[in-house]
Amino acid sequence: MKSRLPLQQGEWIDRSRPVEFRFEGRAFHGYSGDVLSSALWANQVRLLGRSFKYHRPRGIYSLANHDVNVMVEDSRSTNLRGDVLPITEGLDVRAVNTVGGLKHDALSITESFSAFLPVGFYYKAFHTPRKLFPFYENQMRKVAGLGKIHPGKAVTPTAKDYAFCDLLVVGSGPAGLSGAIAAAECGLRVVVVEEAARPGGSLAWQWGRGAEGREHLQGLLERASALRNLELRCATQAAGCYADRWVALVDGTHLSKLRTRAMLVASGCIEQPAVFQNNDLPGVLLGSAAQRLIRLYAVKPFDRCVVLGAGSEAYRVALDLDEAGVDVGALVDLRPRGETTELGRSVRDAGIEVREGHTVLEAIPARGGRGVKAALLCPLDEKGRPVAGSRIEIPCDGIAVSVGWAPTGDLLYQAGARFTYAEAVEQFVLERLPDCVFAAGRVNGVFSLEDQLADGRRAGLEAAKSLGCFDGPVPEAIVHRGPPPSHPYPIFEHKGKKNFVDLDEDLHLADFFNAHQEGYDNVELLKRYTTVGMGPSQGKLSNMNAVRILARLNGKSINETGTTTSRPFHHPVSLEILAGRRFHPLRRTPIDRWHATAGAEFIHVGSWLRPEYYRVQGRDRDEAILQEARNVRQRVGLIDVGTLGKIRVCGPDAATFLERMYTGRFTRQPVGKVRYGVACDETGVIIEDGVIVRLAEDQFYLTTTTSGAAAFFREMQRWALIWNLQVECIDATGHLGAMNVAGQQCRELLAPLTDIDLSVDAFPYVGARQGRVAGVPATVLRVGFVGELGYEIHVPVTQALHVWESLMEAGRSFGIRPFGVEAQRLLRLEKGHLIVSQDTDALTTPYEADVAWAIGKNKPFFLGQRSLRILHEQPALRRLVGISFGKSGPGELPEECHLMFDGDEIIGRVTSIAKRSTLGYPIGLAYVRPDLAEVGTKVRVRVESGDLVEATVTALPFYDPENSRQT
Amino acid sequence: MKILRCPINGPRPIQEFHFGGEVREMPDPQKVGDEEWAGYVFLRSGEPGVKREWWHHIASGTWFIAERDNSTDQVLRTYLYEAAEDR
Repeated sequence: MKSRLPLQQGEWIDRSRPVEFRFEGRAFHGYSGDVLSSALWANQVRLLGRSFKYHRPRGIYSLANHDVNVMVEDSRSTNLRGDVLPITEGLDVRAVNTVGGLKHDALSITESFSAFLPVGFYYKAFHTPRKLFPFYENQMRKVAGLGKIHPGKAVTPTAKDYAFCDLLVVGSGPAGLSGAIAAAECGLRVVVVEEAARPGGSLAWQWGRGAEGREHLQGLLERASALRNLELRCATQAAGCYADRWVALVDGTHLSKLRTRAMLVASGCIEQPAVFQNNDLPGVLLGSAAQRLIRLYAVKPFDRCVVLGAGSEAYRVALDLDEAGVDVGALVDLRPRGETTELGRSVRDAGIEVREGHTVLEAIPARGGRGVKAALLCPLDEKGRPVAGSRIEIPCDGIAVSVGWAPTGDLLYQAGARFTYAEAVEQFVLERLPDCVFAAGRVNGVFSLEDQLADGRRAGLEAAKSLGCFDGPVPEAIVHRGPPPSHPYPIFEHKGKKNFVDLDEDLHLADFFNAHQEGYDNVELLKRYTTVGMGPSQGKLSNMNAVRILARLNGKSINETGTTTSRPFHHPVSLEILAGRRFHPLRRTPIDRWHATAGAEFIHVGSWLRPEYYRVQGRDRDEAILQEARNVRQRVGLIDVGTLGKIRVCGPDAATFLERMYTGRFTRQPVGKVRYGVACDETGVIIEDGVIVRLAEDQFYLTTTTSGAAAFFREMQRWALIWNLQVECIDATGHLGAMNVAGQQCRELLAPLTDIDLSVDAFPYVGARQGRVAGVPATVLRVGFVGELGYEIHVPVTQALHVWESLMEAGRSFGIRPFGVEAQRLLRLEKGHLIVSQDTDALTTPYEADVAWAIGKNKPFFLGQRSLRILHEQPALRRLVGISFGKSGPGELPEECHLMFDGDEIIGRVTSIAKRSTLGYPIGLAYVRPDLAEVGTKVRVRVESGDLVEATVTALPFYDPENSRQT
Repeated sequence: MKILRCPINGPRPIQEFHFGGEVREMPDPQKVGDEEWAGYVFLRSGEPGVKREWWHHIASGTWFIAERDNSTDQVLRTYLYEAAEDR
């Protein structure tokens, strides 16, 4: 660690804990607290990564979580950023996006072709012939790319949590901490998030000389830790801001969804690059990166350097470098009059040569292009353009660039704030803040340390005031004094075309000129054409310069030019963290455990988990389903139908209400009778079906489909409100379990278990009775969905398992077997019953689905009635019919949704299919053109392979047309 | 995630609500012509401005009306259908 500086106060490394790690296969030493980039730099490794497109050598640039050219991967994770990746014992990483290793990356050959790879090149060159584009794309992705995903990698479950506070403070620098303390002292519950591993923001590195920053930081942290209502979360990104101040907080392991009543953004600024030839070489880095290296990691950034500056900050950088023992060859100030503050003299007193009105025109590469050999200086004319001819070469191994800042305004933009460009600071500043959102510090255009502390306190008190926790006077807003901290145009043309504007995407200045020339003169268009700001750092180091370039090209102001839109997340968030746990509510019936023990294969139906079928040793799925169905036909079966929607409707207007909700009639329905009901929406489309039982004059009990129950109940509630009827609807879906015992012997099976008289005369088909089953109060319905004698038994959910087990036990001698959803679908299909939303779609009317018989005549009103009246007068477009296929050949059969053709014309669609049935031949339901609906018509279905398979329109039901099995 | 104020349960996250569409007066089905009825059934106004909308608080089964400016997505007020002045 040749470049390590002597021990200093406040450094983040722990010299008592050395760490060995590997990079590109070589072993290195660092200290606990180092990040990968700082540890390598301490070992004088300058080549840390390769650029995205041209594979140019790159090193440290920001050291602030924006160094996207220094991304590494290990066997588990990829695209880890070297400037924030802590080194740990045994860490073993490689640079991403190289062929043959970082040093000898074979892909750096692409740079030789860079003249032929201008912006927009891919679109122009590879889009003809169009069919070859996937090939080109594949090749390009291999060359220009980032890390590789390891598909075999084990998934780590990541949890999400929810958090609440009064005030979220983003950033723990001078403004953030003082604001948080002021607000917390007023009694607010405050959460402070800091993206860096430790708190302090710029206090930890920028105000190093004279220990001023460190003392402030210590004082602030002491006050903060004394406040129990102030929580500080480090290594946490406030990654996105959503409606009503809902903020996504992301740390290394999980996502917190934080709801805050107010938000104080003290996120600071991001230092911006200057654009000159070879401004991307390892050794050219931002002034703030040099300061971070020195103060946080005690690493000497260079041996001899040049500082390029345009404001007071650059002078501070030069002094810090000088103090760290770096030979500062020159401070090159873009401003013709240089620094007018005290700092100007301090720099000169330190013996540093200051060249005012000059720029660095070019970083001259060392041999091999992996470092800097010298800085080529050039004076600027009165318009800030390089003067031709005059050149000064200063030997150095690095250039620290400190020419300006851009506010980290993403969260503020997302929260609805407006920014405007202010020439007093040459940056965007806040124009308008939404309610309960505040900003302080450098993001607010306030730069000096004292100002930042005061501005933070002001904003903290304002936040407290907005929440009614402070009623004293709030200090006035602070305005920046002195020279602007940023330069209006730190961008210099060079014929060499290696003056990069966007390091993520390898875009240089000429790319912007070309794009503008091609007509992309709007900021949003320019972004999409050049891809500026679309790399992993999302333009944090490039958008500001891109806007400056475009404004100048258009001859317009920055405000007229505008900015692109900031959307969450403003910093990449790993998909692993977003995936987290699934939070979909899953409903299970009371008999669920029994099903699992009995070998059920479950499927999702709506929000429910239902047995699809029960596995049978030595049989495949289809065979098991067919066996279940046969058992119902030949002996007796039991199915759990507890997932059906179960709704009670009571009150004097109950019958009237149901007559409006359903197409059928209920006012004269006798007590103890079951009726089938179809419900439509206002357009006359079927939305629900089920049975309606009259339990008393003013009491009904109805069932709905499993997946439609919630929506239908919701509509019932709304219409009851609108019609102002005396009716009460109760959703009993979760209160009751239900099961259907079906088969010719089920009467004998059930009789000993119940006090209800099951004789045909006492309890006929479509009757309903209340009594006890297995000692449990039950409502029993005689329905025939599966086409056999059957009893649907509804019991309280707590006793459903007991009833189920009693039936299974009593049924043993009858050969009872449970059956699942698939067998039920087959049995109802044989009986010709439709399933709403499988055999109906978003346009199906009762006329098409052949349930027009369920429409009550001469009713004053029901939902859909008026629309159906119109539709009925129009010619029908399709009819739901039964179809069957020949008993012979097992040839390919259609799947649900396969289409029927007559030549090129689509004449129908299959909605249900049973490739095997208890009838011995395949059957289905399908919509066909009305003229083809006649029984015996031959239709042809196009199957998966493209072949046409013949089907015959068949009368419904397929099974037991006389209903003799149900009585 | 947005916060919506249910008149019964107070401010709750939008996840707990179901949107029920704009409040629209059903014309008398016995008197209205086919054309006008089709308009009622199928046409929706997307013009910017303050809309009266049906919202349903799922957990408690509360239907209510929200007045929302769809150009700013600001909910101006919420109240029970029973409390609507024009009812």
